[in-house]
Amino acid sequence: MSATPLTKPVLSKKAQFRELFNVATLRLLMDRAIKMLALPGFGILVFLFLWQLLANNIITSLGQFPGPNQVWEQSKSLVTEHRRERSKETAFYQRQEVRNAKKLADDPGATVKIRSYTGKATFLDQIFTSLLTVAFGFMVATLVAVPLGILCGLSESLYRCINPIIQTFKPVSPLAWLPLVTMVVSALYVSDDPLFDKAFLTSAFTVALCCLWPTVVNTIVGVASIDRDLINVSRVLRLGSLVHIRKVVIPSAIPLIFTGLRLSLATGWMVLIAAEMLAQNPGLGKFIWDEFQNGSSNSLGRIMVAVLVIGIIGFILDSLMLALQKHLSWDKQATLR
Amino acid sequence: MLNKNYLEISQVGIEFATSGEPFRALQNVNLAIAKGEFISLIGHSGCGKSTVLNIVAGLYNATEGGIILEGREVDEPGPDRAVVFQNHALMPWLTVYQNVELAVKCVFKKTKTKAEIRDWIEHNLSLVHMEHAVHKLPSELSGGMKQRVGIARCLAMQPKVLLMDEPFGALDALTRAHLQDSLMDIQQRLDNTVIMITHDVDEAVLLSDRIVMMTNGPAASIGEVLSIDLPRPRNRVVLADDPAFNHYRQQVLRFLYEKQKNPADKNAVAG
Repeated sequence: MSATPLTKPVLSKKAQFRELFNVATLRLLMDRAIKMLALPGFGILVFLFLWQLLANNIITSLGQFPGPNQVWEQSKSLVTEHRRERSKETAFYQRQEVRNAKKLADDPGATVKIRSYTGKATFLDQIFTSLLTVAFGFMVATLVAVPLGILCGLSESLYRCINPIIQTFKPVSPLAWLPLVTMVVSALYVSDDPLFDKAFLTSAFTVALCCLWPTVVNTIVGVASIDRDLINVSRVLRLGSLVHIRKVVIPSAIPLIFTGLRLSLATGWMVLIAAEMLAQNPGLGKFIWDEFQNGSSNSLGRIMVAVLVIGIIGFILDSLMLALQKHLSWDKQATLR
Repeated sequence: MLNKNYLEISQVGIEFATSGEPFRALQNVNLAIAKGEFISLIGHSGCGKSTVLNIVAGLYNATEGGIILEGREVDEPGPDRAVVFQNHALMPWLTVYQNVELAVKCVFKKTKTKAEIRDWIEHNLSLVHMEHAVHKLPSELSGGMKQRVGIARCLAMQPKVLLMDEPFGALDALTRAHLQDSLMDIQQRLDNTVIMITHDVDEAVLLSDRIVMMTNGPAASIGEVLSIDLPRPRNRVVLADDPAFNHYRQQVLRFLYEKQKNPADKNAVAG
């Protein structure tokens, strides 16, 4: 705390204000700046330094291991490539439009063809594909896991029936599921005009199969540990099963359901990369795989960009879930991390 | 017109399954309660007071005997037998108003209009002097205030019998006295039939028309029933110096500490 003299000189309002601002407020701001910016910043700097140091000493068959500098260069070039691809696309459509307009001007009865652009997916497109895939898989998992968890939490017998199955499938790696999912999707999803790509569905369902379990388990625990008194209140009021679930069970279990959902989303995002590599879904997993196969001197740097992007997106997804959890949870005092 | 058999606990006994022999908690519990009567159940810990209350509430099913309310047997929980729980049992995610609303909507959804429901909720919250905090969450209230809301929720259901499981046990002495006065005042006005479990001899004598004293378990039963013929309204300060009041207190104390020694003490001597 700032030391204030016991006998203060008489100050004008303005001067008083200035003094207050100078000493106390400034110190508070400083404290906060140190906590929120300086310390994390320091950590990052130390990490970058150590990374560079290590990278200098690792020589691979594809050249030196990329340090922060090369990675930064590669990330810029990935963005440039994206821009170039986009302007090529715009140019393509413009050319097509002009051509078609000319054709129609020459002969009003002519049939014009509109072709869509078939350039290669850029890094940013691939990020978007990955996000879409994980969102789809996570949604499917949630739609199955939450109701299943609620039912198992409510009925001890059902829980005893299903628990061995849950415990058996919980530790299975996505790489084990993938061949099966691929074959099942190929067999069942037969359509002349498919809405989804098969690789997309395979990746999404593999994600769903792997990220189901944390939500199921946490929902069961949340529902099974509802305060006995609250259940008795519900019984005294003779709430019907559905009202009981809606008014008592779900609100009680919401904090643990969300803990499960956060774990599920993190698992799903992790699983997705592996699934995309093997299923060749044009997302970040495929990007890494293609770069690895490509094996140019830039490949390792570009893979490292993908690694960082995967990490940062995972971090952002978790923060979003945390914000949602804080918004929906009734226990505002609870510290959520 | 006093119907002595408004609520009848008839030949009630209960056994709980354990890993070994079944545990017999209650045996031959018989009690007839009149409409508007205030009954206290008192006894040492573990004597089955709560079990009796839970059987009346329908939360437990008696192994033998049963509960007859207004000439009909009741064997499942229902809003006609509202329960005030020891730890308020308010839904922590609902505000004070919403907590009472949940109960009111269950009972009066078909018979009251929206405006009537709102008025009724507010009326009951004002009965327990909680009208100032209707939109607060339970976590923002003190223990005494939460218990008031719990009581308001039960009163709002207009139950035939109000069952209270040590409603003031978790509160400090001053808050408890305050709530006891509120409860006496409300009971005087609404003429509720009440069964209350308590550990507190003063509380039992002050509030009750009859005190039901239970013997120690296992196979606990009703030991004695003491009628408290003190005029109402009762004032705790005046009664503190009243010979009749003190005589009643002594009778309860004698039952608890001479006739039915605390099982924990007995173990201490034996062990």
